[in-house]
Amino acid sequence: MTDNTIEQPENRVPPRVIGTPQAAGPSVGEEPIHAPEGEPGVIPQDPASARRAERVVALLFTIAFLAGVGFIASYVAFQVGDIDRTATSNLALGGTLTLALLSLAIGITVWVRQIMPKYNLVQERHAMASDSETREHVKETFLRGAEESGFVKHGLLRRTLLLAAAPLGLAPLVLLKDLGPLPGTVLRHTVWGEPTKDGKPRRLVVEGTGQPIRAADFNSPGGILSVVPEGYEHDLNALAKATLILLKFRPEEFKSGTNLNWTHDGIVAYSKICTHVGCPAALYEQTTHHILCPCHQSTFDAADGANVIFGPAARPLPQLPIGIDDEGYLIAKSDFHVPVGPSFWERGDAEAEARETKS
Amino acid sequence: MIGTGISVNSTTARRRHPLARVAVVALALGLLGGGYALAAPNGSTADAAIASGKADDADQGKSLFVAHCASCHGMNAEGSSKAPTLIGVGAAAVDFQVSSGRMPMTDSGPQALRKPRPEWATEEAISQLAAYVQSLGGGPTIPGAEQVDPAKGDPARGGELFRANCIQCHNFTGSGGALTYGKHAPTLNPATPTEIYEAMITGPQAMPVFNDTTITPEQKRDMIAYITHVRQQVDPGGSGLMRIGPVTEGLVAWIAGIGLLALAAIWITAKRRRVKA
Repeated sequence: MTDNTIEQPENRVPPRVIGTPQAAGPSVGEEPIHAPEGEPGVIPQDPASARRAERVVALLFTIAFLAGVGFIASYVAFQVGDIDRTATSNLALGGTLTLALLSLAIGITVWVRQIMPKYNLVQERHAMASDSETREHVKETFLRGAEESGFVKHGLLRRTLLLAAAPLGLAPLVLLKDLGPLPGTVLRHTVWGEPTKDGKPRRLVVEGTGQPIRAADFNSPGGILSVVPEGYEHDLNALAKATLILLKFRPEEFKSGTNLNWTHDGIVAYSKICTHVGCPAALYEQTTHHILCPCHQSTFDAADGANVIFGPAARPLPQLPIGIDDEGYLIAKSDFHVPVGPSFWERGDAEAEARETKS
Repeated sequence: MIGTGISVNSTTARRRHPLARVAVVALALGLLGGGYALAAPNGSTADAAIASGKADDADQGKSLFVAHCASCHGMNAEGSSKAPTLIGVGAAAVDFQVSSGRMPMTDSGPQALRKPRPEWATEEAISQLAAYVQSLGGGPTIPGAEQVDPAKGDPARGGELFRANCIQCHNFTGSGGALTYGKHAPTLNPATPTEIYEAMITGPQAMPVFNDTTITPEQKRDMIAYITHVRQQVDPGGSGLMRIGPVTEGLVAWIAGIGLLALAAIWITAKRRRVKA
C-alpha cells in the first residue's frame, strides 16, 4: 500500500497515502470540492466549473433515482400475459433500468473528472521472485519432509502408491465412452431406404401438409416442393438427413449429370442438405435451374445432377431414385446411393464405393 | 408598344441579342411539345371510344399488346431473344407483371423490379391485356377476390407451409433476400393478396411455380393470411432493422454497440488538458 504515492519531490516527507487524510497542510474537510492547494503535482479543479459540475452530477443522480423508482413502478403497472403486454413491460423495464444505470454511471464519471483533483500516480512494480532466504527455507522444509517420509527408502510404499494412482488417472479417459456410441454407418443411410410397415416403398409427402404427391399433379415445369418421407414427417433426427427438394423439369432441360433413370416424367428429387456444412439448400431459380445454399453461396445446377457450379461445396447434392406406385404417387425406389450432407470422418470415398457396388 | 425611344431601342437590342435565336427556338419547341401533349390523349381516347363500341376485351388487349409489349415479346407473343413467349402464361401472369409495374420492363437489369405503373396501365387496360394473352394459349387465370381473402385463411397453417416452401428465398417475414448473379427475391410487403396468389401459380421470373394441384387454393389462401398477418405485427425489440434477420442485428450490435462502448471508455479515461501547468 505504501507504494501508491503521489509523484512529488524527494524532499517532501512523509509521502501522502491515497485514501488517508493528509498529515499536514491545509485541511480539505471544509470545502470538499477544493483540492489541497499548494501541493506540487496536484492540480485542483477550477472552483466555478466544479460547482457547475456538482449541479450536473446531482441532476443525473436525481434522474437515476426517478428512473429507479420508475422501474419498480413499471414492474407493478405493466403486467404480462400476452405478447403485446409483455413487449410493453419489457420496453418499460429495460428503458427505466437503462436510464437509471446510465445516469448513475455518467454522474460518477463526471464527478471523478470534473470535481475531484487531478494528479499523476506512480505504481511501482516489484520483482515476482521471493527473496533468497525464503526460497532457501522452502527448499529445506521440502527436503526434510521427503527425508522423514522415507519416500526414497521405502520402495514398496512408493511403488504401491504409484500403482494406486494409475487407474484413477486413467478413469477420465474411460468415461469418454459416455459421449455416445460411435456413429457406425448411420450417417450413410436415410429412412428413404427403409420400407414402410406394410412393406411398400416409402412415399414422398409435402412438408407442412403431409399429403402424398401424385406425379400427374406435380405437372407445372419450374415447380418446386419441399418433401419429407412418409411416416417421418415430424421426426427431426430422420429429417435432418432425409429432407428433399422435388423439382419439375421439361424433359429437354436435363443435362448429362442427371441420372434420368432416377427421375420420373421430368420430376427429380435432390437432397435438401447442402454438401458443404449441411444448411438447407433450397433457393431455387426456375429460369437458371440454380439451387443456392444461403449459408455460403454454394450453387448447384439442378438440371445437371445438382453439380456444384459455384461456392465451397465439394460434391453435388445427392439425387434420390424416385418412381411411382400403382396409385400414381411418387415413391423412393431406394435410398440415396451416396451419403447425404457434409463430409464426416468415416465417410471415406463414398462415391468410389457407390461406383464399385454399381459396377 | 410602350412607345418611348429608349424602350424601343432596348427591345431591338434584345432581339439582336446572341441568345435571342436560341430563346425563340426553345419557345417554339415548347409550344409544339405542349400542344402535342394536350392533343395526344384526346386522340387515344377517341380511338378507345371507337374501339369499345364493337371490339371485345381481347381485341382491345391485342392493340395494347402491340403498342406496349410486342417490341420485346413479338407481334404474336411468340417471344424473342430479349423476352420469353407469352403463349400459355395465362391472364394471371399478365395481371401480376403489369399491375405490379414489373412489365413493361424499362431498364435491363438482372430482373424486372416493382415500380409505379405507366399511365396507360389502368385496371381496365390490364384486364384487356390479360384477356388477350389468355386467348393465345390458356394458362392460369386471375383469382377471385374470395380466393385471396386473408380473412378467410388460417395464418397458423399458412405459416407452416410458408416456412417449408417460401422462406428460403423470401425470408421468414417476407422481407426478401439475395439470389445468384445479382438477382434477388423481392420483399412481399408491397404485394397485394392477388399478386401473391398469381406469383405462386405463375412463377414469375426466377421464382418456381406452386401449382394448385400440389399446393391447393385453400393452402395458398392460408399462406396469404400468414404473409399479411406478419406485416401487422409490431417489433417488440424496437426497430426491426428491415426484418432481415440476425446478420443486420449482429452488425448493428457490433458496430454501433461496441463503438459506443469504446467511445465511453475513451471519455472515462481521457486526460483533461492542463489549464494551469
